[in-house]
Amino acid sequence: MKNKSLVSINDFTKEDYLKILDLAEGFEKNPSQQVLTGKVVATLFFEPSTRTRLSFESAVNHLGGRIIGFSDSNSSSVTKGETLKDTIRIVSNYCDLIVMRHPYEGSARYASEIATVPVINAGDGANQHPSQTLLDLYSIRKTQGKLNDLNIFLIGDLKYGRTVHSLIMAMSYFNPTYHFVSPDELKLPDEYKIFLNNMGIKYYEHKEFTDIISEADIIYMTRVQKERFTDPIEYEKTKNAYELRNFMLSNTRPKMRILHPLPRVNEINIDVDENPKAYYFTQALNGMYIRQAIITSILGLK
Amino acid sequence: MNENKQLKVSAIKNGTVIDHIPPRNLFKVISILGLDKVENQITFGTNLESKKLGKKAIIKISDVYFLDDEINKIALVAPQAKLNIIRDYQVIEKKVVEVPDKIVGIVKCFNPKCITNHENIVTKFIVASKKDVSLKCCYCEKITYQDQIVIV
Repeated sequence: MKNKSLVSINDFTKEDYLKILDLAEGFEKNPSQQVLTGKVVATLFFEPSTRTRLSFESAVNHLGGRIIGFSDSNSSSVTKGETLKDTIRIVSNYCDLIVMRHPYEGSARYASEIATVPVINAGDGANQHPSQTLLDLYSIRKTQGKLNDLNIFLIGDLKYGRTVHSLIMAMSYFNPTYHFVSPDELKLPDEYKIFLNNMGIKYYEHKEFTDIISEADIIYMTRVQKERFTDPIEYEKTKNAYELRNFMLSNTRPKMRILHPLPRVNEINIDVDENPKAYYFTQALNGMYIRQAIITSILGLK
Repeated sequence: MNENKQLKVSAIKNGTVIDHIPPRNLFKVISILGLDKVENQITFGTNLESKKLGKKAIIKISDVYFLDDEINKIALVAPQAKLNIIRDYQVIEKKVVEVPDKIVGIVKCFNPKCITNHENIVTKFIVASKKDVSLKCCYCEKITYQDQIVIV
């Protein structure tokens, strides 16, 4: 994986995933390994994403590396009209690795073609967010003790939710059974169903989930994201489609865990937070170990 | 019957005839092949009667012969197109077009949020389906279907 950019979850093989997960386990046991001393990582956030940025920067800091970059495009030359191409070409001169978040889809692939250093995609519009998917896999394996043969419930915005799309692709190596729960307006796009049909993976579509979640090993809640909608009326109609409440969890499996890419708004009530099955905050912590694993792997340090 | 056809679009001595073009895509074919910049004699006819398509368009280009790679690009908008290679008024070879595996720099990605629609980038697509032509953008990974194809 050395010097290979991570743009799409499809860039890595099953073996690559498992290597990253194993490395992350090592970082969880010992997060402060100074293997990045003398290296500079650029974090270029053309749109704000505090959580993802801090997770990457925390990972770099724990590894002893240095960080340059910006946290939104207003504080970069983009406001002067500089193209992404020029920004990437310039920043490549100053660092060993670029972590990039950008509002346009495909921007990370384009950046990886121009950059002379590897690029990690920290989210390109509604397209890909592969480090999120790897931390989701890590969280699933850690809580279930395995990745194979699990019942995965994906709930909420399945149309625009890139974390959902990437997780579907990544988990497909491990014989899951999917339950997709969404309103009609936010159903999973056909291309993913075609993919699952071709792979022979079972899936079911539902509009409600309360009477079926006793079967779940993982409940993956997602936020209906206002910024992904072109039609504000469609957003208003669907934003509060589902709300997970603590009382709904009484008949669920003991090992079942609730995941969410965060931030949440209304889709998980705060009364769920103290339930031992609520895993989303630990899931976010796992993100730091995963990002340490990705960075060191790409730079050939582990 | 043959006489009628010749009256509608005159014969060429040497060159290429592209037949069975859907009339609505005639100008897309012209654009893809860059015929608007060619100085050779070109004649075309459109809304001609066709047993296969109902209506068809035809282009005759004098003294120009295309490479297979060049001509296959028009398969995106004229999958049933047929080529006749003409020498001394005789058809010496007939060809059909084939959708290529990769499309570079011809089609605009239909996704308004794709980076290729915001920076000066040569578009690249993998052909996801050759039958009902669908193209997967190598950047944003979204599919552009045949009825969404816009030539750059």
